[in-house]
Amino acid sequence: MTSAALLDRILPTVAKPGRYSGHEWNSVRKDWAQVKVRVALAYPDVYEVGMSNLGLAILYDLLNQQPDVLAERVYAPWLDMEKAMRQAGLPLFSLESRRPIRDFDILGFSLQYELNYSNVLNMLDLAGIPVLASQRDERLPLVIAGGTCTYNAEPLADFFDLFVIGEGEEVLLELVRLYAEWKGSQGAALSHGEGRTRHAGALAGGKEEFLQQAAQIPGVYVPSLYRVAYQADGTVASIEPLKAGIPTRIQKRIVPVLPPPPVRPVVPFLNVVHDRGMVEIMRGCTRGCRFCQAGMIYRPVRERPLEEVLAAVDRLLANTGYEEIALVSLSSTDYTCIAPLVRELSQRYGEQHLAISLPSLRIDTFSVELAQWIQRARKTGLTFAPEAGSERLRQVINKGVTEEDLLRTAEAAYASGWLRIKLYFMIGLPTEMMEDVLAIAHLVKEVRDIGRRWRGSRAQVSVSVATFIPKAHTPFQWLPMENAEQITARQEALRRALPSRAVDLSWSDPMTAWLEAVLSRGDRRLGKVILRAWQLGARFDAWAEAFQPRLWQQAFAEAGLDAGFYATRQRSFDEVLPWSHIHTGVSAAFLWEEYQRSLRGESSVDCRAGCLGCGVRVAFNLDRCPSTIENDVKRIPKTSAAPGKEGGVASACGFPATE
Amino acid sequence: MVQRLRITFAKGDEVKYISHLDLMRAWERALRRGQIPLAYSQGFNPRPRLFFASALPVGFTSRAEVLDVILQQRMGLREFASRVRKQLPAGLELKSVAEIPPTLPAPSAQVVAAEYEVVVESQDALHDMQARLDKLLAASSIPRRRERPNRVREYDLRPLIQKLWIIGQRQGAYVLGMRLQADEGGTGRPDEVMAALGLTDAVRVIERVDLVLKPL
Repeated sequence: MTSAALLDRILPTVAKPGRYSGHEWNSVRKDWAQVKVRVALAYPDVYEVGMSNLGLAILYDLLNQQPDVLAERVYAPWLDMEKAMRQAGLPLFSLESRRPIRDFDILGFSLQYELNYSNVLNMLDLAGIPVLASQRDERLPLVIAGGTCTYNAEPLADFFDLFVIGEGEEVLLELVRLYAEWKGSQGAALSHGEGRTRHAGALAGGKEEFLQQAAQIPGVYVPSLYRVAYQADGTVASIEPLKAGIPTRIQKRIVPVLPPPPVRPVVPFLNVVHDRGMVEIMRGCTRGCRFCQAGMIYRPVRERPLEEVLAAVDRLLANTGYEEIALVSLSSTDYTCIAPLVRELSQRYGEQHLAISLPSLRIDTFSVELAQWIQRARKTGLTFAPEAGSERLRQVINKGVTEEDLLRTAEAAYASGWLRIKLYFMIGLPTEMMEDVLAIAHLVKEVRDIGRRWRGSRAQVSVSVATFIPKAHTPFQWLPMENAEQITARQEALRRALPSRAVDLSWSDPMTAWLEAVLSRGDRRLGKVILRAWQLGARFDAWAEAFQPRLWQQAFAEAGLDAGFYATRQRSFDEVLPWSHIHTGVSAAFLWEEYQRSLRGESSVDCRAGCLGCGVRVAFNLDRCPSTIENDVKRIPKTSAAPGKEGGVASACGFPATE
Repeated sequence: MVQRLRITFAKGDEVKYISHLDLMRAWERALRRGQIPLAYSQGFNPRPRLFFASALPVGFTSRAEVLDVILQQRMGLREFASRVRKQLPAGLELKSVAEIPPTLPAPSAQVVAAEYEVVVESQDALHDMQARLDKLLAASSIPRRRERPNRVREYDLRPLIQKLWIIGQRQGAYVLGMRLQADEGGTGRPDEVMAALGLTDAVRVIERVDLVLKPL
């Protein structure tokens, strides 16, 4: 165990030592001697970011509910802490028991962002664990990962023993059970209390055998059991299992019905990024925006019954004391019962000054109404994402929002007392021309004028412009990212076209976008680039104060690989994509068809309005898709274009309409 | 303002690296979990009305922190204590609670001094340690510099030291006591006193043991 005296020497010298001291409310400290499998759940970014991740909170809760399993947490130590730890020879430790991470059976990373990859290697190294999977045997923890990035985890294939593709609630338990059995049969006894007993050489071959068994679990991907062959031009020729009995394709896992949400999450002392209670009200999104990876990979839509949400909020508040609750989903305004839910929550908890937040507001006046119920007092800002400036381009990306929608929404917001509207856009979208970029400026001016009309000079518009990055498993997965010169030219043009008064503009960093683009659609050969960049000192690439793009450029040069091959190359339908053995249930044919429709400027309907046959329904053998509350209550007719609006829905949601 | 309670609490090892702001939030949440009927401030962003006597620097423990809580409904003290104790994170301990007149000034305005105990490793003989302390106390001024993020502050530590003494000695360590001024005129820091004694690297524990409040 990490000695308290050593920590007492180090912690006073680093920023925010509370990141490393644990003991938070609801953190779970189990007796190591009483469990069979010990899992360290890791997030490769600082505490404040990692603690805001709902996925890890779900798995922490789930694993600790198993009597013979324990889960503890670990986050990436910030630069100052890393330096102090290396100087003191202090290995990476868990927050709960402060044991070295090396003593755990399984080390599971949540991978949500490509710019965290260098931190994964750094955390392994700080733990005293060789970064290459091929250099680790069964005496070291099994290093696994889940999360969005594992839908194309090829660039990380060298470093992980296995990936869990899709929703982890069932498959992680299956994996842990298998591990417990294997550990028992191998006699890989752990000495209780003081960590792992080392039987050098006694278990040779054991890990390989385990990995072969694990590969039989649906949703588990063991990269070392596959061989990737390349064409002369550098594209992938084939991805094949190395031996018989290993599945040729890995289909993501889903849970057909959402399990009950965690209601006893760890309450951080530190002010973390999302410092509030979270209840997932819906998984998946029916909108079908063509650029959106989450919208494609998290299908099908499943809504949580209203009663279950209300009960969860009640228990969550009692167990945490949070003053704010977030109703989490990819598109919370689309939740069938959102209006009755929000109204009920504000009635129940208004006295206790509970704040409610909806992380994703649809662009319509209904969203403004909702926001009004939620926002009782100070009206700071409302955020909307039109994504593209012109009507044409919004059709291309299937963001079904018209200029009129946005202006009416802005009007409703300013008229109801808001002072600031924040708008998210992307540039570099497929088929984008300069006139589409300038249309952003036009739209922003219109919104600002509406603001002035209602709120005078106090009205503000914030504009945030990201660079579009084509992602794996989306209709745009074959497309090149726009090249850097074009992006710069368009940013420049937009900056000049936007009024500077009352408009506040922010960009995403172009080099950050470049690296994300490269890594997100990379193949296995990028493993040596990631390794080299880390060796050169890359850390916390997601943080402007730490990101050093030249380290990555040097790593690419040394590896003899061209980053442009991954980021800015058009792929053909016939190309074997590096992630083609990973199946989300959405068929490549559907993605290609959506891509072709986008080129023709054709939009596609919301799945709530009609099934487009994306493949998910068949792949998972679903009776109902999307699985909405409305569908549950024998198809109550929609009353308007905005689902969830008061009307017939109220009875589906189990509340009498009170107005 | 229906009822004003004065709490004394301990901040132990488990939470000594939690900053003052984070500690305030931890208390708010513990009180909410205990379903204490807190009074809230008026205005755009209503906050529970909690008043701490003095921020404890990160890294120190304490057995004498003071916090006033305003309730909007009366509660029995026993009931209050039992509900709150169940909701406090490890390391935070409610030591006592008393009802005080709502008209008292905020506890931060009542603090005049704080007492600390410092465990410091030392092989000094008792009379050498005493001589070290005496020398510091005999100085007419002790100029100190404190590095702040954006400036350096120079000040005289001597007038802030009201008392400095040896409490005990055991196995290569001393326990020192000190009483330092803590009011509008200046606040003495125990780690600064240890630095002035030339003992910074040997300090093992700094604990606040008393907050001296001005009688009213």
